[in-house]
Amino acid sequence: MSKKLRIATTSLAGCFGCHMSFLDIDERLLALLELVEFDRSPITDIKHCGPCDIGLIEGGICNAENVHVLREFRKNCKILIAIGSCAITGGLPAQRNHLDLGSCLTEVYLTEPGLAHGHIPNDPELPLPLDKVHPLHEVVKIDYFIPGCPPSGDAIWKFLTDLIAGKTPELGHGLIKYD
Amino acid sequence: MSDTFHLDGAEVPFESGQTVMQAALAAGHYIPHLCYHPEFKPHGSCKLCTVKVNGRTTASCTMPAEAGLEIESETEELNALRRTLVQMLFAEGNHFCPSCEKSGNCMLQALGYDLEVHTAGFRHLYPDRPVDASHPDILLDFNRCILCELCVRASSEVDGKNVFGLAGRGITKHLIVNAESGQLADTDIALADKAMQVCPVGVILPKRVGFSIPIGSRRYDERPISAQALDDAPRQSAASGGCTACEE
Repeated sequence: MSKKLRIATTSLAGCFGCHMSFLDIDERLLALLELVEFDRSPITDIKHCGPCDIGLIEGGICNAENVHVLREFRKNCKILIAIGSCAITGGLPAQRNHLDLGSCLTEVYLTEPGLAHGHIPNDPELPLPLDKVHPLHEVVKIDYFIPGCPPSGDAIWKFLTDLIAGKTPELGHGLIKYD
Repeated sequence: MSDTFHLDGAEVPFESGQTVMQAALAAGHYIPHLCYHPEFKPHGSCKLCTVKVNGRTTASCTMPAEAGLEIESETEELNALRRTLVQMLFAEGNHFCPSCEKSGNCMLQALGYDLEVHTAGFRHLYPDRPVDASHPDILLDFNRCILCELCVRASSEVDGKNVFGLAGRGITKHLIVNAESGQLADTDIALADKAMQVCPVGVILPKRVGFSIPIGSRRYDERPISAQALDDAPRQSAASGGCTACEE
């Protein structure tokens, strides 16, 4: 039997909805586990991505830590896949891109009703937010994109099984979706 | 007895005065398009319908059909160019499909699906374009405008109201409302206007009816735009005596 492919997954500026959709492949997960094993992923709780064949990233880049994790994935993964609207376009978090970051933080933590004694979080442990939210391909090279918010379990299954079979992944009508 | 031209090797009949696009659609051949609408004079601005006529690229919606033309459309070269045009449109505006009421009924999105566009590829511009919610019944979301001018044409040519216009040049070109205040509330646009029905994307929206059709039943959920557009096109039998779409 040939060696199993190693897959890492993570969510950056995302909602883990794409991961939930990944779980929607349901019992096919067992068939997938015949072919692959998981490195860093919410299922394994491994904290850093090691050498992998495939990296799946949901969510865009909204803070400094996202950039570090993305670069670690790019360094370690032979094939890097952006999954979902946020990873591909910035998505919902990028809706703040036409606003000034300072005024966003002021609005959310200081001037909203009920925040008379609020302050903008400044714990040194917190990663600094970026001025703008970016899709992944603006920071590192991305090999493939699976669009959708989230892409359906069927789309993820089709894409991964095509890829694992050595074919160019194709989605086609019904599986390719931006919403 | 009508003349014919060749489109991707197939013989396509046409009537005098028809464009390549009109004749192709009427004969059941789809050519991707965005700013073309069967009820309006061709505009030729989106360039999605670019084909090669006797080896030279041209917009098929403005190209008059002529006997004996050799036309290529469904080639990897042309579809790659079309894909890039769609990608540039996505990168230029703020097209966030998950929150758009037009999602599933949007021509730009459906073309993206048909051309297998998985990413915009380019750096997104994220322009700042405030919405106009001034009108009690109609919302204008400029974030999604692709400058096809269909609303401009519909409002002036059909509605006789001239509510919309395009201002600026190049990357600063944008849709405007022809009112002293610039606000839609200060125009005489009405829900029944043609201008309300022609937007291929989600700019001009009636209020309080968003997301009324469930996912799975929307226009392009069921069939790809390449199939849907042929159903919408005036058929060959009606081409000589005016088109079915105009008679409605």
